[in-house]
Amino acid sequence: MLEKALNGNKYYWWWIGLLLACIAVGAYNYVLQFQHGLQLTNMSRDVSWGFYVAQLTYLVGVAASGVMLVLPYYLHDYKKFGNLVVFGEFMAIGAIIMCLLFVIVDLGQPKRLMNVVLHPTPNSVLFWDMIVLNGYMFLNIIVGWASLEAQKKGVPYAKWVKILAIVSVPFAFSIHTVTAFLYAGIPARHFWLTAIMAARFLASAFCAGPAIMLLLLFIVEKVAKFELGEYAVKMLARIITYAMIFNVFFFGLELFTAFYSQIPGHMHSIVYLFAGLEDPATGQHLGVMVPYFWTAAFLALLSLALLIPSTTRNCKPVLIFALLILIAATWIDKGMGLVVAGFIPNMFEGVTEYMPSSTELFISLGIYAIGALVVTVLWKIAVSVKKAAA
Amino acid sequence: MYDGGKIIAGLIVFLGIVGFPFWYNAGSAGYKTPELKLPPKSKATECIEATEWMRAEHMQLLNTWRDSVVREGNLEYTTASGSHVEMSLQKSCMDCHDSKKDFCDKCHTAAAVEPYCWDCHIAPKEEK
Amino acid sequence: MKTTRRDFLKVAGVTALGMAAGAGSALANSKGAYLPHYEHMAPGHQHLTAKRWGMVIDTRAFHGEEDFAPLIEACHKEHNVPHLPGKQEVKWLWTDSFHASFPHNHQEFLAERVHHSRYLLLCNHCDNPPCVRVCPTKATFKREDGIVMMDMHRCIGCRFCMAGCPYGSRSFNFQDPRPFIAEENPVYPTRMKGVVEKCTFCTERLAEGKMPACVEASEGKIVFGDLGDPDSEIRHILAENFTLRRKPDLGTSPSVFYII
Repeated sequence: MLEKALNGNKYYWWWIGLLLACIAVGAYNYVLQFQHGLQLTNMSRDVSWGFYVAQLTYLVGVAASGVMLVLPYYLHDYKKFGNLVVFGEFMAIGAIIMCLLFVIVDLGQPKRLMNVVLHPTPNSVLFWDMIVLNGYMFLNIIVGWASLEAQKKGVPYAKWVKILAIVSVPFAFSIHTVTAFLYAGIPARHFWLTAIMAARFLASAFCAGPAIMLLLLFIVEKVAKFELGEYAVKMLARIITYAMIFNVFFFGLELFTAFYSQIPGHMHSIVYLFAGLEDPATGQHLGVMVPYFWTAAFLALLSLALLIPSTTRNCKPVLIFALLILIAATWIDKGMGLVVAGFIPNMFEGVTEYMPSSTELFISLGIYAIGALVVTVLWKIAVSVKKAAA
Repeated sequence: MYDGGKIIAGLIVFLGIVGFPFWYNAGSAGYKTPELKLPPKSKATECIEATEWMRAEHMQLLNTWRDSVVREGNLEYTTASGSHVEMSLQKSCMDCHDSKKDFCDKCHTAAAVEPYCWDCHIAPKEEK
Repeated sequence: MKTTRRDFLKVAGVTALGMAAGAGSALANSKGAYLPHYEHMAPGHQHLTAKRWGMVIDTRAFHGEEDFAPLIEACHKEHNVPHLPGKQEVKWLWTDSFHASFPHNHQEFLAERVHHSRYLLLCNHCDNPPCVRVCPTKATFKREDGIVMMDMHRCIGCRFCMAGCPYGSRSFNFQDPRPFIAEENPVYPTRMKGVVEKCTFCTERLAEGKMPACVEASEGKIVFGDLGDPDSEIRHILAENFTLRRKPDLGTSPSVFYII
């Protein structure tokens, strides 16, 4: 079926060319980082994880969101998702490839990556994260490919495909739960040390992931003249809305516990995100995240205001706008704030700020382009097969 | 109809890439075991194990020493002739073999291997 | 003849067994085969042992940076710790204020002497170390004598331990540290870029029967000994003095104590 990715119009090839150019920029910057070390990033002794790990966290959510199609379709036999489910699986593949790449570029000694396998350490959450991420990726490759091939041949998918699809459901939940456990089990990082972290992660994943997917599907609908199905879109929009409600609600729970209890450690990081903190050593007031976080809070609430009433939700231009701001809000929350705020204040209650360096941004651009390329090729195949089968 | 031309072209490219190490090195001189400069007899008359064995196995020995010292807290090694040495690349090995250039590098360069020992471990100062 | 799956498995099993046996005897016969001489490896005959190593720092005996400097210099020289400026610095032993050192001990109206003092900071060699718990390769591990040790050969530089350590004891080599080491100690390695490092309680000195470098340089202001032995000097000092540990509420059980 791969050959179907080789037939496209000139816009398709321009898009592929653009992605390859971005990948080249990322690769060049990675070579520099490989040679000179992570000194090219803005990470520090105090903020020892940054943009890369944050993108990993966000994209694990995007990958997990495929389950919002798989679960209704395979488990509840919700046929209206039948046409879309493979897109969810293929997007998960692209997202996980990006996750794994973000892990690798974050390592100080990437050549020793295999030490994680050579010296397996079950007490480390990172070990389990590796297992579930790879497991989920292979499940999606097998299930997505096999079901698409069945459709190409005009036969129903085999029974084992359904079994593996159902196995992938707990895997999807586990990848994001385990990723949340990377943070939620660490003593002394109060911002992360919260039992609701995994639930928050899942809620934000199940709104942001399907939102990205729905926007991309709208593009596919337009450029490939591919019918998504009105009911499927409406259902997906409803899922996104509910998940976003939970996401905002869970964040509200964090705010309550921190500010009603008034325990300093619980409040500090949140205060830093929304108002900034004073560094005791220098007396400087630092708050580079503040404008981003007020923007995120505003966009999150606005997206809910647009998504909850069915009149605005069912109006496509409004829906597209609401999805865009929802993605922006969740990305600022998880892709920028969550990781960094865990390190602020530092272990000495000092404040060292962080914003990604140009090297980090270029490498990340390259990885996002790789993900986009994988998704483009896989979706192109899926659309071609489905149009030929119809 | 079977795209024969394309298949053959593809095969040629494939063989070209796979065979790269062979045709790239074709015509260059054959491998000769480099001559090592051994420590003078005044310094040492024997190594901790037989020379042949060391030549073949020194990397495994060093890996075992590494784990034994760093992870198990050991320090002393009983040599083939029954004497004791400290398990230390910097303090023991390089004490006799006091030139990395004339000892380690000779074979490693000829065999095109780059062990990462020296990224951390400090080689003795070379006498010019 | 029809080969059933069972027949096939039988033949396959026998073949595999035969090959394994052949390979085994071949290995045993060949002279070049490597036999790790584990029985030839032993701790140094002078090495110091303990059930659980620990440290008491008498903060009353230190009166300013000039009292700390020789200790820090002894440690950083011994272990080839680079002097890197800026927020990507590397340090094993350093000082900070009371509030920074004991953030869970925020005392209002703190005694002037305590408020103005500096406190010596290093890895706490926790009895229940979170860094060991999170490391995905066992590059950081706890030895039987309680020392939390780093295997720089194995570290992949994921920096999970730095997120996990509640004491900010760990440094990452954001770049090759060698150009920043003024004078190399030829009997100790440096590190390479991309690995994490920290204080090791001078395992290399304990193995040779010597006290840690900072303890030696402190001239009695720091006592190092076995916390697991009720009759040890360190336990007597702990019994006679009120001490603090950093962030004890986290359950990590640090092995470094401060007499205030």
